[in-house]
Amino acid sequence: MTKDTERRNRPALSLHVPEPEARPGDPVDFSHFAIPAAGATRRPDPSAPARETHELVYGLVRVLDDEGKAVGPWDPRLDPDTLRRMLRDMMLVRVYDDRMYRAQRQGKTSFYMKSTGEEAVAVAAAHALDREDMCFPTYRQQGILVARDYPLAEMMCQVYSNRRDPLKGRQLPVMYSSRPYGFFSISGNLATQYPQAVGWAMASAIKGDSRIAAAWIGDGSTAEGDFHAAAMFAGVYRAPVILNIVNNQWAISSFSGIAGGELTTFAARAVGYGIAGLRVDGNDPLAVYAATVWAADRARSNLGPTLIEMFTYRVEGHSTSDDPNVYRPKSEGEHWPLGDPVERLRAHLVGLGEWDEARHDALQEELEAEVRAAQREAEKSGTLVTSSIDFPQSVSTMFEDVFEEMPWHLREQQAQMVAELEAKRK
Amino acid sequence: MTVMNMIQAINSAHDVMMERDDNVVAFGEDVGFFGGVFRATEGLQKKYGTNRVFDSPISENGIVATAIGMAAYGLRPVAEIQFADYIYPAFDQIVSEAARMRYRTAGEWFLPLTIRSPYGGGIFGGQTHSQSPEALFAHIAGVKTVIPSNPYDAKGLLISAIEDNDPVVFFEPKRIYNGPFDGFFDRPVTPWAKHPKAEVPEGHYNVPLGKAAVVREGEALTVIAYGTMVWVSLAAIEAAGIDAEVIDLRTILPVDIETIEASVKKTGRCVVVHEATRTGGFGAELSALIQERCFYHLEAPVQRATGFDTPYPHSLEWAYFPGPVRLGTAISKAMEG
Repeated sequence: MTKDTERRNRPALSLHVPEPEARPGDPVDFSHFAIPAAGATRRPDPSAPARETHELVYGLVRVLDDEGKAVGPWDPRLDPDTLRRMLRDMMLVRVYDDRMYRAQRQGKTSFYMKSTGEEAVAVAAAHALDREDMCFPTYRQQGILVARDYPLAEMMCQVYSNRRDPLKGRQLPVMYSSRPYGFFSISGNLATQYPQAVGWAMASAIKGDSRIAAAWIGDGSTAEGDFHAAAMFAGVYRAPVILNIVNNQWAISSFSGIAGGELTTFAARAVGYGIAGLRVDGNDPLAVYAATVWAADRARSNLGPTLIEMFTYRVEGHSTSDDPNVYRPKSEGEHWPLGDPVERLRAHLVGLGEWDEARHDALQEELEAEVRAAQREAEKSGTLVTSSIDFPQSVSTMFEDVFEEMPWHLREQQAQMVAELEAKRK
Repeated sequence: MTVMNMIQAINSAHDVMMERDDNVVAFGEDVGFFGGVFRATEGLQKKYGTNRVFDSPISENGIVATAIGMAAYGLRPVAEIQFADYIYPAFDQIVSEAARMRYRTAGEWFLPLTIRSPYGGGIFGGQTHSQSPEALFAHIAGVKTVIPSNPYDAKGLLISAIEDNDPVVFFEPKRIYNGPFDGFFDRPVTPWAKHPKAEVPEGHYNVPLGKAAVVREGEALTVIAYGTMVWVSLAAIEAAGIDAEVIDLRTILPVDIETIEASVKKTGRCVVVHEATRTGGFGAELSALIQERCFYHLEAPVQRATGFDTPYPHSLEWAYFPGPVRLGTAISKAMEG
């Protein structure tokens, strides 16, 4: 036992609560960020033992250099058509986001979430995966649906919860779901999809299928137990799954340090689970593409999961419900040292002689027209404003799909609701 | 027909379904090589291979979450949670995910998933191996909750649960795995072998979900119970010498209201029985349903005989357990007036 007299000489304990380096009004300085030069990071063979990736979890896979040239062993050597298609998809996501953000501000829906600055994380990964692979996204990977040519008007109908909403107005805007497009239902409860993706991948392995799963999670929600369960099960059963951590630095108002980001990298968690890990410049579409292909090759060869930290920056607020200028410097996004994914891919294509300003402007105009047309089409089926007043969803649908067959208590409650609405009309 | 105890019946349900449907897989803690701590999956790994019957890490959250992913893929996973007391780490995945998948995707994704778990006390399991959390699951929209009380029903209900296209939480009353228990803890237990409900067909059959069984017909009083408490109730009414009707719910949700209503309207008196804690227990829901639907047929207030609102005590188990005395008191009260 320690004597009281001895204890008196000990320093008082203190709690460390991580704080970001800059708050509103503070100068922004990312100069201390260790950013390896593009092309400098080694590329192990996809069949290498997981431990051969473990030094990479502290590095950063980068392909596009500051001049927009593709350099080094991770260059996926994509043909210009694919590059242009990726550029188009990222630009389309941005136009779509802007349009839907404005629709929310116009009161046409309750909520929206943009993915500005993070388009590559979804779009380039979707291009690297097979069309049949199953994605378990968060609410910021709308780029997967866009890259897989999901109709924009359908997405908007979901955002509007209108008569044509494939989810019958049941889900918060942007919580899309599309089985035929390999896009798993977005929960809204964070991290839950991560171990579900592992289960899907385990099932694919159990059945001797060749499809793999890919999951996304934010830096903040890696703190959930679901993250641990996912990495644990994926490692133990060598599940054919790609576990992406989208480290966009911010979880609503909490910086990544609140999720352990100041202690080590998020990719470094792969080391503890003994699985392959990569840390990737998430604003470099070619790096995202190359890392995803590497991890997919590995998964398809029964070599198990890869944990990939996509290092990026959330340029906008978390959602339409928060103002980021309240908790971080306004200009932080402009100083982000890894640039903008759309601009970087554009510069790359221009450098290749496969793109120019005129074509870029024309494409931008074309995409804006496409989004406007989709919006007109979607709004023919109503928006949330009209839907919340007129119930354009047949009200009885409220009780459908709780179970495959409606049990007696739901039938009774359905009848009660219909009677309530009739009474209101009188 | 073969004589089976509940464990053998549950094992047989797995076997029948795995034989019939390649998409049925079973996993959980110690479920594979060892066959489960209660041996419910014994021999299945040897017969169907490690691909379909395997051990899981000690992570109930992970077990249910991966089972959801497997069900989304198209399998029919049967996940074992070693004790119902350990199911809480998986609660979020059950409540927020499994229960709502069909609804939130407008039927695009559904989850044919069965979560089995031994529950209930009477085995000196202390507070971590004795709980009865069925009311927590009955409260959730989108999950079915099933509790068998004998080997025949256990197999038929489990087959129905595995074949069901919605998530089913299947609680197994571990006190009666080996034989029906009358609540007299100081008397020897009769093994299932001597009981007619232990006559179980070897092949496939269904006991439908959502249908209660009238296990004893009577005119004077309705006793509603499930799991172990069916047997305690039968013993208690015999001791009380009352011509009671005993209903074994078998499925907690959706509850078989027709059977309940018909019986209570006939007898005019009712006792609801469960081992779980009293406040907010499923008995409260049953009492409410009965007063809503049968109030003018009632001769006396509906009585509840339940566990007390304390954690499950180890050494005081038999003071806690709703045994013959507590049931007898509830029956007497229901018969007054």
